[in-house]
Amino acid sequence: MAAELASTRAVSRTFEPVRAPLLIPTWVIIGFFLVAPVLMMLAYSFLTKEFRGGVIWEFSLAAYDQFIFDRGLFGDEPPQIEWTYIVIFVRSIIQAGVATLLCLIIGFPTAYFIATRPRATRSMWLFLVTVPYWVNLLIRTVSMKFLIRDNGPLNEALLGLGVINEPIALINTDFAVQLGLFYSYLPFMVLPIYASVERYDFALSEAAADLYANRWTILRRVILPIVRPGIVAGCILVFVPSLGAFLAPDLLGGAKNFLIGSLIEEQFKGNAGNWPFGAAASMILLSLVLIALFIYARRQARRSAQAL
Amino acid sequence: MAEGNIAIDVRNAVKRFGAVTALAGASLTIRDNEFFTLLGPSGCGKTTLLRLIAGFEEITEGEILLYGEDIGALPPNRRPINTVFQHYALFPHMTVAENVAFGMRRLRWSKADIEDQTGRILDLVKLGDLAARRPAQLSGGQQQRVALARAMAPGPKVLLLDEPLSALDLKLRQAMRIELKQIQKETGITFVFVTHDQEEALTMSDRIAVMSAGEIRQVGTPREIYEAPVDRFVADFIGETNVLDVTVHRGPEGVWTCRLPGGAAFPCQTGRPPQDGAAAHVLIRPERLSLVSEAACENGMTGVIDQAVYLGTDIQYGVRLDGGPALLVRAQNAGESAEPFRPGDRVGLAIAPGAARLLID
Repeated sequence: MAAELASTRAVSRTFEPVRAPLLIPTWVIIGFFLVAPVLMMLAYSFLTKEFRGGVIWEFSLAAYDQFIFDRGLFGDEPPQIEWTYIVIFVRSIIQAGVATLLCLIIGFPTAYFIATRPRATRSMWLFLVTVPYWVNLLIRTVSMKFLIRDNGPLNEALLGLGVINEPIALINTDFAVQLGLFYSYLPFMVLPIYASVERYDFALSEAAADLYANRWTILRRVILPIVRPGIVAGCILVFVPSLGAFLAPDLLGGAKNFLIGSLIEEQFKGNAGNWPFGAAASMILLSLVLIALFIYARRQARRSAQAL
Repeated sequence: MAEGNIAIDVRNAVKRFGAVTALAGASLTIRDNEFFTLLGPSGCGKTTLLRLIAGFEEITEGEILLYGEDIGALPPNRRPINTVFQHYALFPHMTVAENVAFGMRRLRWSKADIEDQTGRILDLVKLGDLAARRPAQLSGGQQQRVALARAMAPGPKVLLLDEPLSALDLKLRQAMRIELKQIQKETGITFVFVTHDQEEALTMSDRIAVMSAGEIRQVGTPREIYEAPVDRFVADFIGETNVLDVTVHRGPEGVWTCRLPGGAAFPCQTGRPPQDGAAAHVLIRPERLSLVSEAACENGMTGVIDQAVYLGTDIQYGVRLDGGPALLVRAQNAGESAEPFRPGDRVGLAIAPGAARLLID
């Protein structure tokens, strides 16, 4: 037993002498495209804003202060909690959460369906899922706008069929934003869930049925717990980009209900922006996401430690 | 419980997968309390029949009765039958105890009852101290016991076992045979056991059904199947055997005589009387033949030893008869001094009384 565990941990030594040089490209790319931009944003968030966009290299906590406190129009009143941005964050989390839920509700059955097709046809189904994503996100979001507007094909069809008497107001609603996010990120849900359902041993479903479990119980007690890592991965992959998205909120929500993504985008656009404030908002968003992931990872580690 | 009580009655069961017929009209009755084995080569339909009984496959034609009740339309979760799967199919995210409790939970047993029964069953399969482990932390043999415990815990009327020992190594497999048989006797559950291993079938079963190409060829006790196979397939599949082409002749007082092409003749047993003078096959097991000196041979079966293979407990000789076929003869290894026969020697063959059986195809 111990020997088995040890052997699974042993790493092949074949490439040991060249491992470091082979890893150089990876480190360069991660450093250049991931670490450097984040550090830059971190630095910007502690600088002073330049009025025509950009920053003055002078340390300041103004950006964070602006995010959290309201000091009146001229900044001379006693500080109160500034609710505007907190509300935007909460609203964004709710929107991203609903979009993730929609993706899960549609994505899980889709992934399950594909994983249970004959092996030969699976790659075709997977290909079909990704086909819409060969088109640019902007184009897709704009098409969605045309589809669901008041005199768009969806409303026209429903009116024509006599299902409704007046066009449903879909465009410029929260639901439209959720729909847009759902459409943007659905494959990120389908693919990881597919990967774990595909590895699932369906003899386990038979065993559960044999032991008096009905379909619902099989799903809840056997399939879902076993494919959970795929579901969690899918949810993270959908939730995190949804949280910072700005295309769908701008185009489908009519920029009426501001979300984090749009808020940050505004700060870096044109001359009206406030770079340090945008950077600070980004850092707060990043911290929240990282804290959530960290808590999840800790719980997972504890769970698997229990298992062993 | 009466001996003759019927647990499972399969009536003319047919299963087709598209154009492929996996089971072509199988009928059999399995008695209460019985260790019943479905034996056959892979693809013979034995697993299909098991899956029909479990409810994993829908029957195409015919019916399956459990204690007189037609269960053909019931899904697996409504049948009081449990299965031990070939690769165990243990729930990897649950502990051993949770695996064992799974069926009882679904049947809404009380917490105390579940705990009691889990403890009792785990003790029965000698896994009491591993209740908190996960399947991945167990050896193959231990996983096999968990699968058995999990299937027995809810107290099924019938337990189905789908080649449960095939993934274990030889030593463990032999030990588990005895243990399985013991557990079956102790619990009184009807076992339906699927295997392709004839030795397994012979050592464990009360009765065996030999299957081939979607059909049941013979049902009987291990002794009946081994000593009185109904056809050449059964004879060949169960154990090593000599099959000889002969002509049959009616002798005095209803005794039948087999005559080999070379002229040798010996009496034989038959269930169904053949036609006088007909060509037939006769079956003689190698261990029912013995080597004698040529002079002492009474039936005219004489020949030369081709080869002698040392098998440990036995020595197997190949003997080529004069003007006729080759036969295998198995003699117990009685030590070096008692080994007078060597390849090249001329010998005669003696057949144990009743050992030659006529096969009618």
